[in-house]
Amino acid sequence: MSSFEMSLGRVGDATTAILVGEIDSGSAHQLFAVLVPGGQMLIDLSSVSYVSSSGLRALLLLHRQAREQDTRMAITGVADEVRFVMAATGFLDFFEIAEGVHR
Amino acid sequence: MTVIDSRTRIDSHPTHRIAGYEVRTGRPYPFGVTSVPGGLTFSVYSDRARSMTLVLFERGKDEPLAELEFPADFRVGSVFSMTVFGLDPETLEYGFRADGPFDPVRGDRFDASQILVDPHARLISGREVWGSPPNRDRIYPYRSRPLLEDFHWGDDRPPGIPMEELVIYETHVRGFTRHPSSGVSAPGTYAGLREKIPYLRELGVNCVELMPIFEFDEFDNPHTDSEGNPLRNYWGYNTLGFFAPKAGYAATGKYGMQADEFKALVKELHRAGIEVILDVVFNHTAEGNENGPTISFRGLDNTTYYMLTPEGYYYNFSGTGNTMNCNHPVVRGFILDCLRYWVAEYHIDGFRFDLAAILDRAGDGTPLPNPPLLEQLAYDPLLRNCKLIAEAWDAAGLYEVGSFPSYGRWSEWNGKYRDTVRRFLKGDSGVVGELATRVIGSPDLYDGRGAIASINFVTAHDGFTLNDLVSYNDKHNEANGEGNADGANDNNSWNCGVEGPTTDPGVNALRLRQMKNAMAVLLTSQGVPMILSGDEVGRTQLGNNNTYCQDNELSWFDWTLGESNPELFRFVRHLIAFRHAHPALRPAWHPYDAVTWHGVRAGEPDWSAESRFLAVTRHGPDGDVVHVAMNAHWEAHDTQLPQPPPGLEWCLAADTAAPAPHDVHPAGTEPPLTHPGRYLVAPRSTVILVGRAPSDQPPEKESPWLSPLPSP
Repeated sequence: MSSFEMSLGRVGDATTAILVGEIDSGSAHQLFAVLVPGGQMLIDLSSVSYVSSSGLRALLLLHRQAREQDTRMAITGVADEVRFVMAATGFLDFFEIAEGVHR
Repeated sequence: MTVIDSRTRIDSHPTHRIAGYEVRTGRPYPFGVTSVPGGLTFSVYSDRARSMTLVLFERGKDEPLAELEFPADFRVGSVFSMTVFGLDPETLEYGFRADGPFDPVRGDRFDASQILVDPHARLISGREVWGSPPNRDRIYPYRSRPLLEDFHWGDDRPPGIPMEELVIYETHVRGFTRHPSSGVSAPGTYAGLREKIPYLRELGVNCVELMPIFEFDEFDNPHTDSEGNPLRNYWGYNTLGFFAPKAGYAATGKYGMQADEFKALVKELHRAGIEVILDVVFNHTAEGNENGPTISFRGLDNTTYYMLTPEGYYYNFSGTGNTMNCNHPVVRGFILDCLRYWVAEYHIDGFRFDLAAILDRAGDGTPLPNPPLLEQLAYDPLLRNCKLIAEAWDAAGLYEVGSFPSYGRWSEWNGKYRDTVRRFLKGDSGVVGELATRVIGSPDLYDGRGAIASINFVTAHDGFTLNDLVSYNDKHNEANGEGNADGANDNNSWNCGVEGPTTDPGVNALRLRQMKNAMAVLLTSQGVPMILSGDEVGRTQLGNNNTYCQDNELSWFDWTLGESNPELFRFVRHLIAFRHAHPALRPAWHPYDAVTWHGVRAGEPDWSAESRFLAVTRHGPDGDVVHVAMNAHWEAHDTQLPQPPPGLEWCLAADTAAPAPHDVHPAGTEPPLTHPGRYLVAPRSTVILVGRAPSDQPPEKESPWLSPLPSP
C-alpha cells in the first residue's frame, strides 16, 4: 500500500489541503474529507509524486463537488511529472491552477 | 432522511469462496470485465473448453496472486462467468487458463499451461513503453487489465460530417510526431498528435484516419536490416487485443492511462471539427500459424476464431499466417461488440477495414454473396452513422473494388482510382477514358451506391509517398531486410528522368509540378479524397514502398519539410479550402447531367488512345461551376474554354505550371482570365477555373504561364 497523508490549514480566508505521497486507488477516497463548503480551497500537490487513474478521477470529482457547494477550488504545486500526466489525459483542463503557495 | 445507496444491489454478496477469494456466479454478459459493487465480474466464451480458470496477478509480479477455477455451475452455455469481490482494478492483471482437447486435426489446440489474454481486455499491459525490450521469458507476457471507463466527455458530439464533405488524412500516431523536429512535449504519442491539431486545422482536413491503434507488439517481426539489427513492426497490423488502445502510443502508457489519453485526443479533434476513423484489422491476429505463439484466441477456442483447413492448419488469406473466421456467428458478435465499444466508449466516427475482402469469406474461405457480418455492421443501430470503409481486397487474390457487398452503407478504398490517376499523370496512353469515370466518382463501379462509395486516393501508407511516386521508377526496399523482394512492384510511378534525389533543377521542378497535379486531380475529383500524411510537404521514404518495419526517419513526418517546402503545403491547403468552398466538386451522387467534357476544343473530348488531355466542367447547386483541365501531355495545348454560365466569367483558381504564388489563388480571390475564351495549358499541368460574377474592382488579370519541361 502506498503512503498518503493529508493536512488542512488556513491561509487568509482559504482552506489549504496539503497532500503528501501518492494518490491512487488505495488513498483517493480520503480526498473527499478535505472539502469545506463555501469559500476557497487550495489543494497543494507539491509533495504528491504520483496520481493514478483513480487519483485523477477523485480530484475531478472533488472539483465538481466543490463547485456544487460554491467552493472555489484550485490546485497548486503540481510536480512536472504529475502535470504532464494531467495534461496528456486532458484532466488538467478542468482545474484552476494557482501559481505558488504561501504556507 | 435515509438514502439507500443506489449502487447497492441485492445480489452483491459472495456465495462461494475460491482460492481465498469471495465470489459468486457472475452475469454472463457482457463479455470481459465489468465493475460491480464490491467486485469485478469476469466473463469469457469458450465452446470446447472442458474447464476454465481465472488467473489473477498483482500488477507487474511474475507469479500469479491466485488461480480460481470456474465452478461447473458458473457456466451458462459456452460462457464462464464469475464475480470476484475485493479486487482493486487499478493494480490487477488477469488472464485465463482453458483446458480442453489438443487435437489439431479437429481444430482443437487447448493448452492449459498457457495463460491467455481476455479477447475483450480493455487494457493490455506488457508493451507500455514503445521500444522497451520485451522480456520473452516472463510468464504471461501480455496481460489483460480492467479499465476505469468513465471519462469527462463533457458535451462532446460526433462532428457528423456528411461523407461527401470529408477530406481524410491518413496518418500514424507515432510517425506523425516522433521526429525530433515535431517540437511537441511527448513525441510519438496520442498527446503529441493532440498538440498538432492546429496544423491539421491549418491544412483544412476534417477527418484523420489512424493506422492501427489496437494493442500490438512492435517487436513482432522476424526480419533484420542489412547489418543484422532487428526490425520492428512499426505499422502494427498484428493485433493483440481488439478492445485495448496501444499503450506504447500513450505518453502515459507506463501509468496505464492510454485510454484516457486517447479519449482526450478524440475529444479535442472533435472540438476542432475533425472526425476520427480507425484502421481496424479483423482479418487476422498476432498469433500467426501453427508455429506462432498462443496468446488468446487459439487457446480459448481455435475452431471458432480461425479459418482452418480440413487438416486443421490455418488458411492464410491475410498473408500473415492465419485468417479470422469473420462470418462465424460468434466472431460476428465479437466484431460487432468491438466496434460498438469503440463508438460508445471512445466516440469513434468510422472504421477502415484492413483486407476487408476476408470479411465476406465463409469459414472455408468461400466468398459469400450475402455475408452476414457485413450486413450486420451496415444495419447496426449503434454504428448507424459510422463511416464504414473497406479495403476491398485481400492477400489471396479476392479483389472486390466496385463489388464489395455494401448494403447501401459501405465505401471502399478505390484502388482503381489510384492506378488510373497514377497512369494518367505519368503520361501513359489510353487512360483518358478511364480517367473521366474516375474523377466523377467512378460510376462504372458505384452505380446505385453514389460517389461517396469511392474513397479516392493516389497514395496511402501502403506504397510510395507522393514525392517518391514522382522520384522513383522502382521500389527500393533493401532496408527491409528481404533483398528488395517485399512490397508491390506495380507502382505506376515515374521518376521524371532521374532515379532518386537529384540536384537537377529541371527534374525537381517537374516533380513538384507532378505532385501538385496529383493533388489538383485528387482534390477536384468526386468521391471522398484521402491524403497520405506528409504528402502535403513532399515527404520521402527514399523509394521504400513498404515501410511497415521502418521505425525511423524513413517513416516519420519530418516537420522541417514544411519550412523547406512551403510552396507545396500552400498549394494543398488552398486546394482543400477550394474543395470545401465548391459543392460542384462533391455531390454525393453521380451527377451525369451536370458534367460536360472537353478536349482542346470545348465540348469535344478526345477519347483516343494517344490523348493525354481532358477537361471537365461541373455544375453544382446555386450556380456553382468549376472547370478542371488536366494535361498529362509533354506538349502544351492552346485550349478553347466552354462558355461560362450567363453572368459569370472564368477565374483562375490554380495552374500547376505557374510559379508560386500564382500556382494557386485563395478561395474568393481568383483573378479573371486575360483572354476569357481560351487558356494555354502548359505541358504536364492542371488548371482549375471557377465561374464568378465580375466584381466592380477586378483584381489583377492573370496570364497563363509556360515553362520548359523535359520530355519523358
